[in-house]
Amino acid sequence: MTLSCTINNKAVRLECSPGDVLADVLRAAGYKEVKKACGTGNCGLCTILMDGLPVASCSIFAARAQGKTITTIQGLKKEATELAAFIAAEGAEQCGYCSPGFALMALAMVKEFRARGMQNFDEAEARHYLAGNLCRCSGYQGQMRALKNYWESRNE
Amino acid sequence: MSKTFSVVSHSLPKIDALSLIQGKPAYTDDLAPADALVVKLLRSPHAFAKILSIDKSQALALEGVACVLDWRDVPRIPYTRAGQGHPEPSPHDRFILDRYVRFVGDEVAVVAAESEAVALKALSLIKVEYEILEPLLDFEAAVDNSLVIHPEPEIHDMFPIGFEPKRNIAASYSMELGDIEKELASSEIVLSRSYKTQSQAHVAMEPHAAFAYLDIHQRLVIYASTQNPFHTRRLLGQALGLPLSRIRVVKPRIGGGFGSKQQVHVEPFVSLVCLATGRAARCSLSRREVFEATFCRHQMRIDMRIGAARNGKINAIDMQVLSNTGAYGEHALTVFMVGGSKTLPLYNKVKAVRFGGKVVYTNTRSAGAFRGYGAIQGNFALESMIDDLASALKMDPVQLRILNMVKEGESSEVYRVMGEGREGVDMIFESCKLDYCVARGCELIGWDKEPLAREVAPGKIRAKGMAIAMQGSGIPLVDMGSASMELQDGGCFKLRIGATDLGTGSDTILAQIAAEALGVPLSSINVYASDTDHTPFDVGAYASSTTYVSGNAVLAAAKKMKAVLISAVAQRHNVSIDDVRFDGVNFFMTNGRFIQDLNSLSLDTLYHDGEKMATLNATASFSGQKSPPPYVAGFVEIELDSETGKIDVVRYVAVVDCGVAINPALARIQVEGGVLQGIGMALFENVKYDAKGRLKTNSLRSYTIPSRKDIGAIVVEFAESYEPSGPFGAKSVAEVSIDSPPAAIANAIFNAAGIRLTETPFTPERVLKALQERKT
Ligand code: FES
Ligand code: FES
Repeated sequence: MTLSCTINNKAVRLECSPGDVLADVLRAAGYKEVKKACGTGNCGLCTILMDGLPVASCSIFAARAQGKTITTIQGLKKEATELAAFIAAEGAEQCGYCSPGFALMALAMVKEFRARGMQNFDEAEARHYLAGNLCRCSGYQGQMRALKNYWESRNE
Repeated sequence: MSKTFSVVSHSLPKIDALSLIQGKPAYTDDLAPADALVVKLLRSPHAFAKILSIDKSQALALEGVACVLDWRDVPRIPYTRAGQGHPEPSPHDRFILDRYVRFVGDEVAVVAAESEAVALKALSLIKVEYEILEPLLDFEAAVDNSLVIHPEPEIHDMFPIGFEPKRNIAASYSMELGDIEKELASSEIVLSRSYKTQSQAHVAMEPHAAFAYLDIHQRLVIYASTQNPFHTRRLLGQALGLPLSRIRVVKPRIGGGFGSKQQVHVEPFVSLVCLATGRAARCSLSRREVFEATFCRHQMRIDMRIGAARNGKINAIDMQVLSNTGAYGEHALTVFMVGGSKTLPLYNKVKAVRFGGKVVYTNTRSAGAFRGYGAIQGNFALESMIDDLASALKMDPVQLRILNMVKEGESSEVYRVMGEGREGVDMIFESCKLDYCVARGCELIGWDKEPLAREVAPGKIRAKGMAIAMQGSGIPLVDMGSASMELQDGGCFKLRIGATDLGTGSDTILAQIAAEALGVPLSSINVYASDTDHTPFDVGAYASSTTYVSGNAVLAAAKKMKAVLISAVAQRHNVSIDDVRFDGVNFFMTNGRFIQDLNSLSLDTLYHDGEKMATLNATASFSGQKSPPPYVAGFVEIELDSETGKIDVVRYVAVVDCGVAINPALARIQVEGGVLQGIGMALFENVKYDAKGRLKTNSLRSYTIPSRKDIGAIVVEFAESYEPSGPFGAKSVAEVSIDSPPAAIANAIFNAAGIRLTETPFTPERVLKALQERKT
């Protein structure tokens, strides 16, 4: 079957079979920034935005993307580059394998927190929001420092 | 000691950070050719069985299937999957595919097809008839059991390691310094206790992956997510019966390893398919396969005895270990020996010390290398025991340690006698700031400020505990690293290293070392690693060796490079080399006269110098004569809920002596990550099987690793320390960070409630049970 959707602001048509999960179809189509580590919706590495909301692309069928707008970290060039600099400054990406999914989720979180009117970065809330994004290398502390610094840089 | 550096000792961002965070294709599976055959593995559903027949006809008849291979199609050459030195200390006790399967998940057949869907369909069409054998699952019952896991005659060790497969023993070892029984008998206080540690899964986020193709010279090229490309090449040559000249292994970015990628898990299978079909072949394991069929941490039972005088002076320590290597003996001997060799030297002033034990086979998945291997298990037993002793002596645990622990300028008999699978080295510990680490840790956690335990709410007890730990920096006289540099036009340098950055940032810190030695900015160094055709040899990233061993090789190469530059300038300008200075950009005479700049030198030597044109390059190798230990003092504050038995880590303080941290930010992240993995092992991570030997914890749903909600604060500080034998004063940091949490948390639980947990992990059930037993 053919799937029509918008990925990173481009209209695309993807070939897939009925049982295919979205993460696999995206990777096969060259969106290698979508990583896959668990396949059971438990790690957050395959996070994408679908119509603006974060979803684990390993846990939904590709068919669900029909007509949808999909964004990967590569589709958020400007914000992603800015956030990446803060992550890199902390050395918070070690192997980096979890980073694209984490960065995408973090940007979605920042947007949501701002929309809620949050002024000061609430670390406990952030840890809660990002709990589904696992990292086996870093111990998370550096990621949280980077997020706080990023948040505060936006406040200035 | 306080030296000023311009590149080293600065927290520069990793050179590949921005690309990786934004998901640029960089890892093995990202790079696999689109038309490669997809390789899938048929795995054993039985813990122990003999394959009576395999019918592949239906699978082969399926459209899109390129080949189906089983034990009859592979060379019968015993090998080991463990990437270590040569000859390997691990027994050669497995075949690429065998007629026997020895754990649930063991490979039975290999399928290659045009698509993943077809490959999976083909797997379901293979008919296998098994003779199911009774499995041996309990490692404490393995020795001399009537069930023998490895009766096959071809298997062997490479040198004596105490290999007795007929008794289910993969390796054994023992040593004694002084007279242990005499010293224990004459000690005023003698304690004995038995400890157990569970098997832990690595859960590197990138699953094991590899692809292979034949290049235009018909050589086998393998891209693999591996910590040791050079060992991988050697092991593949061995297993496939192929001359090494026909094999090239390339390592792209690695999505975490922690030891799990120190062994070959998919490389043999993509190679087999590629050789059988002539086509490119790719394989990336599912998370379930990673859990079921790659390695885990060795489960251990550790029997401890300790003897001391009333004044707290420790006289004797006896450590006897039983280690479970699972179905195959990868790293069997070395992991178990590290249990003693990287813990016992902490107390180097004892009159007698004994270490020994056995590593046994069972029908569970193989254990292998895992960050802190052996040391974390041994440390849990030893450091729990030290607190027990403190309690028996009514002494403060910190004071007891200060009285007995290793100090700068001392040495250790244990370190001399025991290495990894061989003798150790006699060395003076020239940098050891453990005393500072302990003192600073006390300050940061508030050790003396308030009682070690206090009730903060009804049933909720906050308590502190601590432990010290050490590790090594590479394996002396075994590990070797090399680097080569070359001046390129444009005045920049190629740095080619065999070292393997598995996410640690070693490409960056090795480039920092080169930049510092040459006096050039980091941006002038172009790193390429690692590729068995194009980078010089390096054993790979394990045993905390990269900064110290590979770093020393880079330092030597960069120093040579500088000498080569200066001599080229001296020759071109007909002056003495002693009169030429280089400031990283320009060459000057000692009297300050400008000679030329680096960029013009690069153009002159490559384009302008007529018959004298030549590349300027330098290569160097390093093999450690010693293995200076890094140290950690780990302090923890926990909250114990006596209703539920749940333990929360409120704060973990790690004060680390890793020598000079080449890149403090990256060192800090390593410590934070290592501490959290240690906490995971201490509190909940646990590999579990059912009664038939089937893995129950085979997904990230059933096997939980710490999330960012599972930890309060992790506070990391570094001691000011300088290791004279290290590159710019550095030692290692990767492994030592994981070692202290199990003992520190166990000791905090003891301080909280007077219960001594002797088995990891400290689950709510175990805590509650111990609380109940205390009452009765
Ligand atoms: S791969 Fe999708 S959540 Fe883990
Ligand atoms: S950096 Fe490796 S998993 Fe997060």
